[in-house]
Amino acid sequence: MQPTFTSSRILLPVRPWFIGLTLVLALLLNFMPTAHWPAMPDWVALVLCFWSVREFRKVGMGWSFILGLAMDVADGSLMGQHALAYVLMSYGASSLSRRILWFPLVQQALQVFPLLLMVQVIQLGARMLTGAAFPGFGYLLGPFVAALLWLPATYLLLLPQYQPVERDANRPI
Amino acid sequence: MAGIDHSPPPFFKRGPAPLALLSLYLGCSLSLMVLDHKFHYLELLRQAVAVITTPVQMLAHAPAKGFSQVDEYFANLTSLQKENDQLKHTQLEAATILQRHQHLEEENRHLRELLGVKERLPTGGRLAQILYAARDPFSRRVIVDKGLQEDIIAGQPVVDHLGVIGQVTRVYPLLSEITLITDKDQAIPVQVVRSGLRSVVFGLGNGQLELRYMPANADVQNGDVLVTSGLDGIFPAGFPVAKVIHMERDTTYSFARIICAPVAGVEHFGEVMILNPRAALPPRPTEAEAGRPESGDKPATSKVRRIKRETGH
Repeated sequence: MQPTFTSSRILLPVRPWFIGLTLVLALLLNFMPTAHWPAMPDWVALVLCFWSVREFRKVGMGWSFILGLAMDVADGSLMGQHALAYVLMSYGASSLSRRILWFPLVQQALQVFPLLLMVQVIQLGARMLTGAAFPGFGYLLGPFVAALLWLPATYLLLLPQYQPVERDANRPI
Repeated sequence: MAGIDHSPPPFFKRGPAPLALLSLYLGCSLSLMVLDHKFHYLELLRQAVAVITTPVQMLAHAPAKGFSQVDEYFANLTSLQKENDQLKHTQLEAATILQRHQHLEEENRHLRELLGVKERLPTGGRLAQILYAARDPFSRRVIVDKGLQEDIIAGQPVVDHLGVIGQVTRVYPLLSEITLITDKDQAIPVQVVRSGLRSVVFGLGNGQLELRYMPANADVQNGDVLVTSGLDGIFPAGFPVAKVIHMERDTTYSFARIICAPVAGVEHFGEVMILNPRAALPPRPTEAEAGRPESGDKPATSKVRRIKRETGH
């Protein structure tokens, strides 16, 4: 099948403050009391994964490490557990980004799903090794929802880049 | 492919190779995990990072808090009246017990004085509000609104109006974290009220507790109430902890399998009391005393005191 080229539509350059804002918002969403609902996605992992795929020169393992530490402290979990998972995911996402962006959105979500699942599996492994209780398989449902959210997330997070600076009827984009 | 940057791509200055960065960050996070799990060295780092994350967490919890406050405001008048009546009723019931309790306390103090037994410490505490359950799905912990600012220290026992709910395990500047007794392998020394047997009860991680290391013929029955024995030097004696709900005596195992349910509203959130830390127990007389000549006379006196304590019980 001929790969479609929809993902590589020419966009405006991303603004760094917008990346920061979305990451902080994701952190806020993670800290909401809704985190205890079943199958809640890890918002920070989703947004980090998105920017690691799209803008791997601007968002990389450094951001993942810092946000991971923030999550660890806020959770009261094992220090470095989220950091480890996020750093590995970020590395995977940035090294696969050329390949992932070649696909249309639905297939992108399929490509991203293993990365998001890896985040949960690494944390599960780390905690089981240190003698924590098994939280149930519901813990592994989050990445499914997160992968489904890849489509709306792409649309929302790229929205500022769709707008041209000044409208010009004669310009093709 | 994604977007075309305004600045030309930095061909020569791209920082360290991704693989090098990856190994650096992996090393950092793995060593953090080991330091935290094996040595518990990172409490200061946690407190420092918490200064930044706590306001964000408060912000995230603000909408839910606001909703619940609005909900409370519009609570039905009749339900409040009903609750008020109920509370008055229970207060009246409790008042007679309290009066009698004061009398008994006085009598007990007097008798203990006569026997020459060390007085039981009065338990005071500080009321705290449970803010939310910690997000970590692997453990059972809650966060309360008192922290270092209120002189809370790690290890203080936490009770509610029915019994023990847990223990303070981490203290942040404004908050502290309570590990519930149902957390996996959280242990409390207990005593069976009916038979006086002493043992240790462990959390199972699924909302229940297990009384471990009891012989298969131990005198424990369904419905027995377990209270803190106070032998740990942390929990004051006599607080209800759990009730035996299920027992399996299998002769193929040397220990009985005894499952208990917590008495207190461990998983229901509300107000709790953080009890003041107990004065340190006298040091245990151990075999190691021969190896410590500088504290040669101490263990002997503590042994006497311990014997006194045991006869007092």
